Amino acid sequence: MSRSEHEPVRNHMPPAELIGDDFLVSLWRNDFPILQVTVHGVPLAYLDNAATTQKPLNVIDAENHYYRNNNANVHRGIHALSQRATDAFEAARVKVQHLVNAASANEIIFVRGTTEAINLVAQSYGRSFFKAGDEIIVSGMEHHSNIVPWQILCEQTGAVLRIIPVNHSGELEFEAYNRLFNQHTRLVAVTHVSNALGTVNPVRAMIDLAHIRGVPVLLDGAQAIAHMPVDVQGLDCDFYAFSGHKLYGPTGIGVLYAKSALLDIMPPYQGGGDMIRSVSFDGTVYNSIPYKFEAGTPNIAGAIGLGAAVDYLSNVGFDKVIRHEQALLSYATQSVMRVPGVRIIGNALEKTGILSFVLEGVHPHDIGSILDLQGVAIRAGHHCAMPLMKHFGLSATARASFGLYNTKDEVDKLVAAIFHVKEVFGV
Amino acid sequence: MNDLRELYQETILDHYRQPRNFSRPAHANCMASGHNPLCGDQLKLYLQLEDGIIRNAGFEGSGCAISTASASLLTEAIKGKSKAQALDLMSRFQDMVTGHGTSADMGKLAALAGVCEFPQRVKCATLAWHTMKAALEDVHEAVTTE
Repeated sequence: MSRSEHEPVRNHMPPAELIGDDFLVSLWRNDFPILQVTVHGVPLAYLDNAATTQKPLNVIDAENHYYRNNNANVHRGIHALSQRATDAFEAARVKVQHLVNAASANEIIFVRGTTEAINLVAQSYGRSFFKAGDEIIVSGMEHHSNIVPWQILCEQTGAVLRIIPVNHSGELEFEAYNRLFNQHTRLVAVTHVSNALGTVNPVRAMIDLAHIRGVPVLLDGAQAIAHMPVDVQGLDCDFYAFSGHKLYGPTGIGVLYAKSALLDIMPPYQGGGDMIRSVSFDGTVYNSIPYKFEAGTPNIAGAIGLGAAVDYLSNVGFDKVIRHEQALLSYATQSVMRVPGVRIIGNALEKTGILSFVLEGVHPHDIGSILDLQGVAIRAGHHCAMPLMKHFGLSATARASFGLYNTKDEVDKLVAAIFHVKEVFGV
Repeated sequence: MNDLRELYQETILDHYRQPRNFSRPAHANCMASGHNPLCGDQLKLYLQLEDGIIRNAGFEGSGCAISTASASLLTEAIKGKSKAQALDLMSRFQDMVTGHGTSADMGKLAALAGVCEFPQRVKCATLAWHTMKAALEDVHEAVTTE
């Protein structure tokens, strides 16, 4: 006999058994030491995972272990530590290759983060192959890091940006996207998941449409990579960019995936050590990929930490992550929606665990401060997506974003804290 | 929650809900725009400056409770003051909200003293004052907190 036959479901809530797997989540929480800290004398409810995620012990330990036991420069030393460092660094590259199902580890370029990955493509690929009058398609829901590098490129080359419009639910208008293509279109650069709204874009269909016209596609995967399996070969995307720190890994390390055929024809992004095969004053021969794009001593510890984060997520399993985060999103959406005066911004059919909202009569910045004092950490602001905020006629929203370790209890704290905001402001 | 009441005192909530001098004075002759890119606060501050004395002040724009209340209180506080007196008040206000000064002799502006416990909100509280300085210097370009 099912549980619902015994217990009436109150307030149209989904039954408790749908709210993730509480036991599993409690185990995951134990892996993240920072979740035990208190702020302002109260326990922390960390709901700012779209900004950055917390780090599990195995990531912290991997960096620590590297610095304690294996630290040396990579790809150059003849001594034992250098070999160990190189092995660990390259092993991390293979882990990332498997995470995104790239055809080869050579297609994984270590960079500082999503921002640097996109700048690399703009300055190496775009600057080499785009000319005045060429068109780059981006969307109205991009993070500034997928707008400004293209604007800089446009200034340098005379190329122009075309913008895919966003509808009132926070979804891209697919038909309008289709109409943006013409003989001048050279690239589509679009986010896989919106950082401000949580919208999951139909990237597979968007890539197919671009490829019919011979146009390559870059996906900004910063908000997708920790929340769904990404298969770059299945998507057939040409470039995929993401940051380690949004994937429970360290800051300062990120990845550009690109098809090797593209990397081979792209000139280096930066010059320096490691990216060369031989240097003379008559000319320099560049190294093969991926090293051609990794000038200078890389963030070795960061890459190793990222590899550990990939291990962590693989052990947890994306099926469980998705089940839990979707249940949490649905619970949070229903709970927050019931607070009088709250309006949720972004109601796409397909979303990740991001809940952007505004409260009548209270600025998001004030919501953020009052929630913080109750231990609830959220983001308030324009989320580096000012054109999208303008589209919704807002200067800012409050945003709660979930990770695998968040609980229904933390959502309840969020809702209670929003009620407290209303009390303070008398709205 | 004592901290919370320190920050959101009744005076602040009152000036947020009903900002004073929330318009462009008819005889304004100095203006500056202020912008806090972090939270999207935007305001325009207008001054009517005659013989070195601020005869009237007003503002327009949108922002959080702290920045709106601060702008509203500012327009009340600087009326009738000389340029030098207004800049001196600004300096004492900055000291107060950064915890380097006292709220004594600050009049109603003392309501914002609690900001010193919230370093992230100092920019909200000082935006209007930076904008006033720009207006007094007759700088017409937008000022920013960054």
